[in-house]
Amino acid sequence: MTTTSTFRRTLRIAAAAGALSLTLAACGGGSDDASSTATDGASADSGHLSGKITVWAWEPTLKDVVTKFEAANPDVTVDLVNAGTGNDQYTALQNAIAAGSGVPDVAQIEYYALPQFAIAKSLTDLAPMGAKDLDGTFTPGPWASVKQGDGIYGLPMDSGPMALFYNKELFDKYKIEVPKTWDQYLEAARALHKADPKAYIANDTGDAGFTTSMIWQAGGKPYTVDGTNVGIDFTDPGSAKFATFWQKLIDEKLLAPTSSWSDEWYQGLGNGTIATLTIGAWMPANLESGVPDGSGKWAVAPMPQWTEGETASSENGGSSLAVPAASKNADLAYAFIKYANAGDGVQTRIDGGAFPATTADLNSDAFKNKEFPYFGGQKVNEVLAQSAADVVTGWQYLPFQVYSNSIFNDTVGKAYVSSTTLTDGLAAWQKASIDYGNQQGFTVK
Amino acid sequence: MAEVATAPMVPAAPTGQRKVRRSRRSWVGWGFVGPFMIVFALVFLAPIAYSIYLSLFRQQLVGGNSFVGFDNYTAALSDPKFWDAFWRVALFLVVQVPIMLGIALLVALALDSGRLYGRNFFRISIFLPYAVPAVVATLMWGFMYGSRFGLIGNINDAFGTSLPNPLSPDWVLASIGNIVTWEFVGYNMLIFYSALRVVPATLYEAAEIDGAGQWRVIRSIKIPAIRGALVIATIFSIIGSFQLFNEPSILKSLAPNAISTYFTPNLYAYSLSFSGQQYNYSATVAIIMGIITMVIAYVVQLRGMRKEA
Repeated sequence: MTTTSTFRRTLRIAAAAGALSLTLAACGGGSDDASSTATDGASADSGHLSGKITVWAWEPTLKDVVTKFEAANPDVTVDLVNAGTGNDQYTALQNAIAAGSGVPDVAQIEYYALPQFAIAKSLTDLAPMGAKDLDGTFTPGPWASVKQGDGIYGLPMDSGPMALFYNKELFDKYKIEVPKTWDQYLEAARALHKADPKAYIANDTGDAGFTTSMIWQAGGKPYTVDGTNVGIDFTDPGSAKFATFWQKLIDEKLLAPTSSWSDEWYQGLGNGTIATLTIGAWMPANLESGVPDGSGKWAVAPMPQWTEGETASSENGGSSLAVPAASKNADLAYAFIKYANAGDGVQTRIDGGAFPATTADLNSDAFKNKEFPYFGGQKVNEVLAQSAADVVTGWQYLPFQVYSNSIFNDTVGKAYVSSTTLTDGLAAWQKASIDYGNQQGFTVK
Repeated sequence: MAEVATAPMVPAAPTGQRKVRRSRRSWVGWGFVGPFMIVFALVFLAPIAYSIYLSLFRQQLVGGNSFVGFDNYTAALSDPKFWDAFWRVALFLVVQVPIMLGIALLVALALDSGRLYGRNFFRISIFLPYAVPAVVATLMWGFMYGSRFGLIGNINDAFGTSLPNPLSPDWVLASIGNIVTWEFVGYNMLIFYSALRVVPATLYEAAEIDGAGQWRVIRSIKIPAIRGALVIATIFSIIGSFQLFNEPSILKSLAPNAISTYFTPNLYAYSLSFSGQQYNYSATVAIIMGIITMVIAYVVQLRGMRKEA
């Protein structure tokens, strides 16, 4: 049943693409690879693009991209709307899709949320529109995140390879070495809290994105997704490694009980009570704008390792731009996201402080050698780009990760405020997620 | 025009005229009631009907929409999360509502006693929190509850005390009760106070002549006189407790591990539909909760009225 309708849909898209290629070939004249004409049109054949699209995104650097895209394509109007960040926007998008009206032509969707929209057939498969030719353009982690089987449901906009952001001033003051392994991290946490009882190595009140990224780095693969057959298992060695280690930090009260993105959190990052952040590469811009007091104090190091000498890393956050299936102007929408994520728009966004997902830009000298005054002149991107290359492969998110993450604090969160252990919490999370998956028609084990 | 004039008089009209009315049905009455009925149907009946309709289906991410009859209802009635939420608001109801109404009654009696200096000032200041939007009030209290940088933290620092964290799982319900009490004491006080103001002064004079003291006056005149207001305030408070949503929903960002996604029935319904896309199940939870609330409010009303008689 499902396969038939997918097949039918693919046929329809193929037919549409075929029809389009005929028209474009007619006006373009000369190019026989018509679909590439349509997409490259953004920069080369600007005369062919016209119309109006609505873009829902909260990424700040897209504003400049829109301005430049419109300048290059005078007949195009792009309406950039901030419909909320993360979950707020997904709620709005889901409601618009359910209602069948007001659906944008382009939507920013984080990697963890993409499968949920893809499986609900809410997104256009971009592979037949030319996205399959972009293989190798993006770093492996983000590229794998936008693919579902043979379909490509978005183009990676940015990525969040993890790194250890640390308050260098604080480490220097107490003469604590910057940890290279998680064992050293625990030592540093103890030393720091002993030196200043108000200072903590990190804050954590239970964060689904952080936990899954940590398990990812530890080599865990708790989620296995094959179409509608889903496996959830938090007893694998990687998950266990993380759970037992992080439990020590909780038990010894070495974590500040402050939720990320709260006022207390920003204060703590600035006043030296939160010493490190293990977080995605998109963090520098947030530190600069949110923690002005931290200027000159912070530095970036590679993520601590489970075994000394290794170079494993994982992704934390990051978004794609996708084209909802209900878009009436999918070709123009695709042209826009290609321009923004793989075309001239990438440099515009890098200039604005974004961390791209394109291999060429990550490896360019101009990008790597940029010095960040906020980080005392450190070439931060060198560390971050290396992390992007070291991301452990094979990680998958659930096709209902948005819901699963929303109940993280109901289950795993208990470990932070009661005698429940992380391992028990993960088991409860696993069970609740399995129940939900089965209710939604997946076969979950 | 004549018809219009007679229509309202029909109930009082003698039997002879009723025959005439039956013989030719007049639609003029509907012309007057119609606009109201249309709006009423659109904004009151249609949403309820749609919720009931929704609750009989199940939409899945895989497999689409299907009719499931009362499956959602049986699932909800045996859903531990739903009952967990229900018993939490029930506990809230039996503890917080008597405290809140007790304080409100005390304040109303104090204001009414006429022995208070600056009566108008007290009345307005106690009522003022009700004018503060619940969202703002909760945010404000949330900051005060902060045990690191908030008021609680400051008190602990200044006096070397170790007050329990108001946002810990054990205390968070009491903390919410405190916010709600703060918000609604003034509102209930005003209901009681206005009921007290219409008690005829002659009753007090008679009591004074009979040699009744203040307590006797309160017990035998004031409380019986405002029983209707007490019942009304109780029913409003029951409905308010069962619909508890704003306060836990906002505090959740400060205490994500203490307030679950199924902390109250309303919060559960919200999470089901907005993060779980389970609109059908969410509608079911809402309907069951609506029925329970109606039944309890009705029982309270019956009991209240019976005593009055």
